[in-house]
Amino acid sequence: MKVDIKLIDDNGKRLDGRSTEELRKIKIEAGVLHRADGSCYLEWGGNKVLVAVYGPREAIPRHTQNPLRAIVNARYNMAAFSVEDRKRPGPDRRSREISKVISEALEKIVLTEQFPRSAIDVNIEVLDAEAGTRCAGLTAAGVALADAGIPMKDIPVACAAGKIAGQVVMDLGKEEDNFGDADLPIAISPRTNEILLLQMDGHLTLEEFNRALDLAIKGCHTVSEIQKKTILDKYQSVEGVE
Amino acid sequence: MTLVPIIKRDYICKLATEGKRIDGRKFDEHRKIEIETNVVNKAEGSARVKIGNTQVLVGIKMAVGEPYSDSPESGVLTTAAELIPLASPDFEAGPPRENAIELARVVDRGVRESEVVELDKLCLEPGEKVWIVFIDIHILDYDGNLFDAASLASLAALSTATVPAARFEVGEDYPLPLKDPPISCTSVKFGNFVVMDPSLDEEEIADARLTVATDKNGDIRAMQKGLNGSFTREEIQKVIKVSLDNGREIRKQLSESTGK
Repeated sequence: MKVDIKLIDDNGKRLDGRSTEELRKIKIEAGVLHRADGSCYLEWGGNKVLVAVYGPREAIPRHTQNPLRAIVNARYNMAAFSVEDRKRPGPDRRSREISKVISEALEKIVLTEQFPRSAIDVNIEVLDAEAGTRCAGLTAAGVALADAGIPMKDIPVACAAGKIAGQVVMDLGKEEDNFGDADLPIAISPRTNEILLLQMDGHLTLEEFNRALDLAIKGCHTVSEIQKKTILDKYQSVEGVE
Repeated sequence: MTLVPIIKRDYICKLATEGKRIDGRKFDEHRKIEIETNVVNKAEGSARVKIGNTQVLVGIKMAVGEPYSDSPESGVLTTAAELIPLASPDFEAGPPRENAIELARVVDRGVRESEVVELDKLCLEPGEKVWIVFIDIHILDYDGNLFDAASLASLAALSTATVPAARFEVGEDYPLPLKDPPISCTSVKFGNFVVMDPSLDEEEIADARLTVATDKNGDIRAMQKGLNGSFTREEIQKVIKVSLDNGREIRKQLSESTGK
């Protein structure tokens, strides 16, 4: 479908007024749920994501247990009302795939060998969706895992870069995702820059890919600072604890 | 009943003989309620309701579809609830089970039978095209009394909903036509004690549960008894009175937070 939509105007501004290297507005809150062992609410542009972490607890059914380490079960789920046309509740192929790649990314960073036979369940609920929900979900999962006190090598963080109107840009918005040329979501361990998750769709030259990857990593580091600040803000101010 | 609930039950009953509840409330007192509307941009209407630590999010979506053949001139209403594993360590992923279905049906009945949504005004072409209203209930944090939280959140979400006529190219957007809502209040009984708005601890040890929905005129619009215990006639009358009193208060808060 050919659509006449100008994704970058003559002043180099994007549809939502951002420059090419600017992230959408991000707001993170830790420890928002009562029942969960750890939780996080995150807004990233028009995305609203809620994550709850349960565990480590006994892995059920038992055949999923690993005698040497814990398993990390991320479950990415979109609310029926989170998208333009109502989504049928329950997992579909897309959400199963996203759950899998997020689980794998988190397993790399959690010290799973400390909890043999157990499961760490990470429930990611997308309440409002506007491009980049997997990055928002994984970033929120990082904070929720920290809030749950799960030992990790680092706090994982995700961000995407992409290509629109022939230019490599940071963090695609809704129209940019629909009508752009490429999207590259990644997740990293910010301390080591190890890449935990990487997916790409669209068309990039090798040079463009390298630029997009650098930009996405830069974005991850910016988001990582917000994550750390959120956790510090929550736990620095705890008073009356002996 | 396993060991921990038995100990818990003894403790809660002992407190109750002294006229106290585990969180310091009176028997007929509900927990603090917070209502926040328009929390999801993609939804036609939405609301997040907190009753104590219980948190429920409801989103309304609408679509154009075919009416049922027995009511060709009225819109269609469907309610679904998901007890997602995010909300409690005991909830499991997968298709809705008994509890989720009972919850959705009780909320659905409350909305449908009270005719809050004026379905007869949601017809586009008789027998051909009508509006379908989807009420999706998402439990975020489960600390007891989902019935009241889900009903209240559904009503708040409905009252802020806009019919997306422009998006479906059938005219201009307009607010969803609604009538006065009934308010649901749930009480549970354990031993000889009846308490309003049970917390999770109270719900876990309860013998019987009764939900009463009352309207503005003080009439009863829906009831549901649950669990395997029983109520006496006097107890039911007491529950209705408590539901009326609390319902009035909650109705006021609902109309303040939705501006209707």
